[in-house]
Amino acid sequence: MQDHLLSIVTFAPLFGALAIILLVRSENEEAVAKNSRWVALWVSGVTFLVSLFLWTGFEQGTADFQFVEQVEWMPSLGLTYHMGVDGISVLFVLLSTLLTPICIISSWGAVKKRVKEYMIAFLILETMMIGMFCALDIVVFYVFFEGVLIPMFLIIGIWGGERRVYAAFKLFLYTLAGSVLMLVAILAMYFESGTANIVELLAYSFPVEMQKWLWVAFFASFAVKVPMWPVHTWLPDAHVEAPTAGSVILAGVLLKMGAYGFLRFSMPMMPDASLYFSPLVYALSIVAVIYTSLVALAQEDMKKLIAYSSVAHMGYVTIGIFAANQQGVEGAIYQMLSHGVVSAALFLCVGVVYDRLHTREINRYGGVVEKMPNYALVFMVFMLASVGLPGTGGFVGEFLVLVGAFKANTWVAALAATGMVLGAAYMLWLYRKVVFGKLEKDDLKSLLDLDLREKAIFLPLLLITLWMGIYPPSFLNIMSASVSNLVNNYEAAITASNAAPMFAQVFGQ
Amino acid sequence: MITTDLTMALPEIFLACAATTLLLFGAFRGEQGASFISALSVAVLAIAFGLIFLGNRPEGVAFGGLFVVDAYGDYMKLVVLVAAGFGILMTQRFIEREGMDRFEIPVLMVLATLGMLMMISANDLMSLYVGLELQSLSLYVIAAIRRENLKSSEAGLKYFVLGALSSGMLLYGSSMVYGFTGATDFAVIGENLSVALSTGGVPEIGLIVGLVFICAAIAFKISAVPFHMWTPDVYEGAPTPVTAFFASAPKVAGITLFARILSDPFGSLVGEWQQIIVFVALASMILGSLAAIKQTNIKRLMAYSSIGNIGYALVGLAAGTQAGIEGLLIYMTIYIFMNMGTFACILSMRQKGTMVESIEDLKGLSKTSPLMAFALTVFMFSMAGIPPLAGFFGKYVVFAAAVDAGLTTLAVIGVLTSVIGAFYYLRIIKVMYFDEPTASFDKPIGGEMTLVLTVSSVFIVFFILFSSPIMDGAALAASALFAG
Repeated sequence: MQDHLLSIVTFAPLFGALAIILLVRSENEEAVAKNSRWVALWVSGVTFLVSLFLWTGFEQGTADFQFVEQVEWMPSLGLTYHMGVDGISVLFVLLSTLLTPICIISSWGAVKKRVKEYMIAFLILETMMIGMFCALDIVVFYVFFEGVLIPMFLIIGIWGGERRVYAAFKLFLYTLAGSVLMLVAILAMYFESGTANIVELLAYSFPVEMQKWLWVAFFASFAVKVPMWPVHTWLPDAHVEAPTAGSVILAGVLLKMGAYGFLRFSMPMMPDASLYFSPLVYALSIVAVIYTSLVALAQEDMKKLIAYSSVAHMGYVTIGIFAANQQGVEGAIYQMLSHGVVSAALFLCVGVVYDRLHTREINRYGGVVEKMPNYALVFMVFMLASVGLPGTGGFVGEFLVLVGAFKANTWVAALAATGMVLGAAYMLWLYRKVVFGKLEKDDLKSLLDLDLREKAIFLPLLLITLWMGIYPPSFLNIMSASVSNLVNNYEAAITASNAAPMFAQVFGQ
Repeated sequence: MITTDLTMALPEIFLACAATTLLLFGAFRGEQGASFISALSVAVLAIAFGLIFLGNRPEGVAFGGLFVVDAYGDYMKLVVLVAAGFGILMTQRFIEREGMDRFEIPVLMVLATLGMLMMISANDLMSLYVGLELQSLSLYVIAAIRRENLKSSEAGLKYFVLGALSSGMLLYGSSMVYGFTGATDFAVIGENLSVALSTGGVPEIGLIVGLVFICAAIAFKISAVPFHMWTPDVYEGAPTPVTAFFASAPKVAGITLFARILSDPFGSLVGEWQQIIVFVALASMILGSLAAIKQTNIKRLMAYSSIGNIGYALVGLAAGTQAGIEGLLIYMTIYIFMNMGTFACILSMRQKGTMVESIEDLKGLSKTSPLMAFALTVFMFSMAGIPPLAGFFGKYVVFAAAVDAGLTTLAVIGVLTSVIGAFYYLRIIKVMYFDEPTASFDKPIGGEMTLVLTVSSVFIVFFILFSSPIMDGAALAASALFAG
């Protein structure tokens, strides 16, 4: 099983979806819904348990790809089915397998129509996400990367809110427009280097001029996915309209796909161009951190606020990646993981009250703590983790990113740090408005606290957040060898070619 | 000698004899025999398929250089036969329901198919013209087969007038080429040209004019921009199964012929014709995607979609390389299945016994007939080029060839138009899945529709796993074209 572990983890959900399509049939709609839920939960739960073998079997201290599988696929196009994980990607696989069963439990009662299709879409989505993180052939990567759009489009469009059609189209077309440019770049890379194998591409050095074009094409795709300012506008719409579980998976995993792309392709394969364009990335990230934090302060919709906070947090991630030193990159990955857990949990927190009152308007709440003390506690932990309080995962990531950024460029670090203050401002404001204050509104007085199912969802996320805050080495040790390999290769490449960032003559090194 | 020639043309000869026999049979049986003749026609095409696929015919030229048999032609003939077979299969029930079940329709379709096979195997400007005209004349008649219907007669007339014009252009271009190269045989033209060019000469302007005329005429037949104007009207006006037929088999035959004539006799003029093809491909992709956005009639939408698809296929031809031709072949194969599947869905759009054609009529299809909605969704995502469906690999191979040939700008504009195209394909999915149903379609849709739908959607979904027969076949076919 060791030999095919990645394929098993990747395709188990797909087979689950097939099983639902073929086996779950009945005249009784209730029975179909119930069976689909259970099959989906079982499949995703087992997938998660199996994926834990990746954690236990992962050999730390090496930057090599592990659990590698390679099978001939389309020989006439030079493509192979090639999978493997390293310290950068393995944790994202686990994040995906963890969040999917949580999403399925969280939609247990919330999704009532077309449950069967919903579960099928989620399982297919899981396959696409995991496959994307494991792919070691650039075209296989692209297939999974794009394939995510189909289930996501349907999830938002069918089970979303009022403006779901608009949001689904925006998500689809924005990401597709970016991705197709990346496809052309992938083709150009293939013909330049003669291989689609990511391991070989990582060792190939592309001409500097070509790197710049390739970088821009990849950036078009990943910047939309991250999302970076100014192409982030699809995200608030998608989040607001998506069902709770859709938001969870969107914030938890899909946003990481872009940043993962930067780490897997842009930085190692186009180091000169990455250095050259790093001022651009810094500038856009700082705008994202400050501007979207300010925008978040002005929101009246809870989901929209958290969506904007995601854009800001992902701004830290891109700063950390392009700082291109050990702390920065490790911090970026750590921030992604913790944001994956925390923002997912925050969307679930919104979902909890939304399921009860069917509104996300912040002003409709207040004094929730009196009726829902457990909820207030859970919400508080995740809110503080999002702010970056020491002891939570959020702190470690942001701190490392700032250290890395400080080493690379003091101004960037200083400006990015203001985002932390703003982050505290809007999150605390949100928490105060919703949880504290007087319990005046009548419909709030009958609220029920978290039930068992909701507690079961939050408990693992809560533990992981604290674990990540209290004992970071469990996670850092896994990634450090791969990260230092990435950083060393990057530095060797830019020293060899004597590259410089854009506007270097204006601003100095 | 003549025996070898006849063996080489055996599938075509068989089709010709079979079509004549069917015609006689129909004339004696009268109108009652229509469904029987329809079934026989499909069987005839299946036998022709078998003769090409299994029959071990000698390769090379026959009939004094008029006719050529090679792996390239064989591959495309198989695709054409599949498309035509599906086309006839989907026609019968429709014409019965609409009270127009005349036995001539399947017979004419077989004759058109024979014309297409002739076009594909043409190795001379004269045999090319004969094949093309046999195809076109049959198609003119079936476009207008519903005489009493104003739209159908209009479509037929429009198609005929413009088609005759393009045939005229083809003849005129051929005469120019003959005048300047002294031959109509593809091989001789190619030889004369390369001799003339290798001695440092530049191609004469009259020859280029002839080439342009030929390109224009074929572009007309495959409805590539700027010769596409007839397409939406004819597609909308013609009876739906006829439209399905138009959108598939003749397109394949036309583009096969296009690729052969440009790579074979005019291979040494690649610098001249490449610019034409690049422009035509670009214009088709852009117009196909932009003009489709505002359509409300699904047949018109499919007309623009087919224009766009021809644009993508031409990207492969524009590359002017063996990989490009390979991409073109793969693209057209996948296109046939997407197109046939989509038209099978369109043909099943009947409410209370009458056909409906508006996109709005698909509202809430996912609730009223979930399987059909699923199939149509697969086709739409595939047409939009979203992996892991087959359509993505079609686009991948043509754009790969373009990038490899240095046509990066063409590839970039091409992929961007595919994003615009995705918008209208998504709109159909949106109507089916996001909107609430108003009225449901008549059921059952019929065994042959289910068959076409199943075959096409299985092909599109599982192409990612079992692509090697298509890929290998296309590679062999493309290398045959470049070897000769």
